[in-house]
Amino acid sequence: MDPMIRLILAQGMLGLNNGVFYAMLSLGLAVIFGLLNVVNFAHGALYMLGAFLALIMYSYVGQWIGMADLHIGFWPALILAPILVACFGMLIERFLLRRLYKLDPIYSLLLTFGITLVLQGLFINFFNASGTPYPGMPESMKGVTNLGFMMFPKYRLFVIVFSIVVCFVTWFVIERTRIGARLRAGTENPELVKAFGINVPLMVMLTFGFGTGLAGLAGVLAAPIYSVSPLMGANLIIVIFAVVVIGGMGSIAGAVITGFSLGLIEGVTKVFYAPAANTVIFLLMVIVLLVRPSGLFGRQG
Amino acid sequence: MKSAIYAGVSAAALSIAAGGAMAQDAISNGSVKIGVLGDMSGVYSTGFSGKGAVDAVKMAVRDFGGEVLGKPIEVISADHQNKADVGSATAREWIDQEHVDMIADLTNSAVALAVQQLASEKKTITFATGAATAALTGENCSKYGIHYGYDTHALPVGTATAVVKNGGDSWYFITADYAFGHALQDNTSSVVEDLGGSVVGSSDVPLATTDFSSYLLQAQSSGAKVIGLANAGQDTVNAIKQAHEFGIVAGGQQLAGMLVLISDVKSLGTDVAKGLQFTSGWYWNMDDESRKWKAEYEKFSGGEAPTFVHAADYSLTMAYLEAIKAAGTDDADKVREQLGKMKIDDFFAKGGTIRSDGLLEHDMYLLKVKDGGEDPWDVADVARTIPGNEAYASLEAGGCKLVNK
Repeated sequence: MDPMIRLILAQGMLGLNNGVFYAMLSLGLAVIFGLLNVVNFAHGALYMLGAFLALIMYSYVGQWIGMADLHIGFWPALILAPILVACFGMLIERFLLRRLYKLDPIYSLLLTFGITLVLQGLFINFFNASGTPYPGMPESMKGVTNLGFMMFPKYRLFVIVFSIVVCFVTWFVIERTRIGARLRAGTENPELVKAFGINVPLMVMLTFGFGTGLAGLAGVLAAPIYSVSPLMGANLIIVIFAVVVIGGMGSIAGAVITGFSLGLIEGVTKVFYAPAANTVIFLLMVIVLLVRPSGLFGRQG
Repeated sequence: MKSAIYAGVSAAALSIAAGGAMAQDAISNGSVKIGVLGDMSGVYSTGFSGKGAVDAVKMAVRDFGGEVLGKPIEVISADHQNKADVGSATAREWIDQEHVDMIADLTNSAVALAVQQLASEKKTITFATGAATAALTGENCSKYGIHYGYDTHALPVGTATAVVKNGGDSWYFITADYAFGHALQDNTSSVVEDLGGSVVGSSDVPLATTDFSSYLLQAQSSGAKVIGLANAGQDTVNAIKQAHEFGIVAGGQQLAGMLVLISDVKSLGTDVAKGLQFTSGWYWNMDDESRKWKAEYEKFSGGEAPTFVHAADYSLTMAYLEAIKAAGTDDADKVREQLGKMKIDDFFAKGGTIRSDGLLEHDMYLLKVKDGGEDPWDVADVARTIPGNEAYASLEAGGCKLVNK
């Protein structure tokens, strides 16, 4: 194979791998924005929380309960950590965000930004600002697969496949099922949906929990690849917002497709001019905003 | 005429005042205060700075007897977070308000360059150990700045020479994108090119990157025989780990870590690090004196073995305190003069001298990773001793403006 094509494929594969996190995080943001009209700035911090929960379950929980040999591994963490993050998200919605729905959306943005700073501060205080590697990578995921054009770690391959499934299921539930229809109706006209006997506040709380749970899930998936650090979400959130803007605020399919493609574009840019890789996404954002202000997949308003 | 008399009188008054102060206060502000300013939480907090460095300085103070010229010795420490502005602000506060007499460690070249200059303006001695850039005693040298342990000139002399002579004559660099990485890449490139090798490309990587995969792929597709890592600490560990993960080493390319510590080798494991060669200012298992010191240090620090940076931290603290004792004062000018006259001859440096550009010239060692020994920290053998005058740039070639040519 021509070395150039090989390199493009390999960098594309790594880009897709980063795209996973763009897609999953912007998906959660899109679900929350589409149904609640809240710009959740705490999304990056909740992603970080998911990663830290996985780390804490593996390295600390055993010590706390006096069984130093007990490690809650990756697979249980993949289920437990997102649930815990979702619960935390629901508490935020129930006790803080709910009070702000009647006000200008800028207030919920500020509130979630504040939550981000508090969470980051707490984790920096207890775990210091630098990263800790996640030690609990499952044995079955170690090793590499030969893709023909590159050696690719098994775990990263798993992450790509797994997250495509998660994104598809989420899209399907919201756009193609009765539950999804109720959700969408509840945000469109809450009074009318209430009249049909549906508990709208509960539905909103669960939706927020689901969106934040996705962030937690992405955090657990990220832990074995990147090191777990309090600022891991802050580094990502700007890109995620760019993805959401390019895809179209609130569009679920838009968030997913844009997330994966931007990862890919970023990866391939590295082949040609590596320093531009960090800015190419923002360049695209500028172009999209000029040409289609409501985003590639957004409804034209 | 009148003004001449005034001048004479005031000069006399000044000299009396100065003389008086000297007699009263051989030690200024009642104590000798040493500040350890390093990376206490980031990528350089193990092996370079962190608790290990503070312990080495404290242990030297204990071994010195806890006081000098009848006055106590204090040690304080702070985290510069790898930020030059944080480092400078801390140094300024230490010197102006806390009356710190000497600042040690200064891991991270960007921070070290900033603090060394600031401290010299304020007539305060600095000993950079963890920082590597040769600019500290080259173009950015200063009167009170000392560089103790190693530099970017000395590192590739051992490692790159050995690699090129083994056939690794084309290089691709993965470089930490700041003063240190660029200095190390430049110095390594000149060693490689002088031996007839070539440099085919490089990738600049921000400090504290966790995912090196895309840079490693660029290095792989460059076709270079050797991937030179001009970075350090956790960055080097991550890069080497991922090079194995992505099958780059199995694919036939060789990794050459330009700055590797024994703590990095231990965290990689000897199976991953096997065959790696690296240059070090000291190795604990090279003679009896060093082994004895390492045992003492482990007892003092609580189990972690010392890297050469920690050994340098101990050695420089001893040298500094000896110099105060010999000079009879902690006045920075007198102590600096004394340090220039002394021979540094201890477990760390054999027959070392602190030159007029501030560089400690001493022997360096090329180490080669071996299968784990009895001690978990016994990770390497000394493959070659590199004499100080071969490892370091000469006074003239170093480019320091303070050197009389």
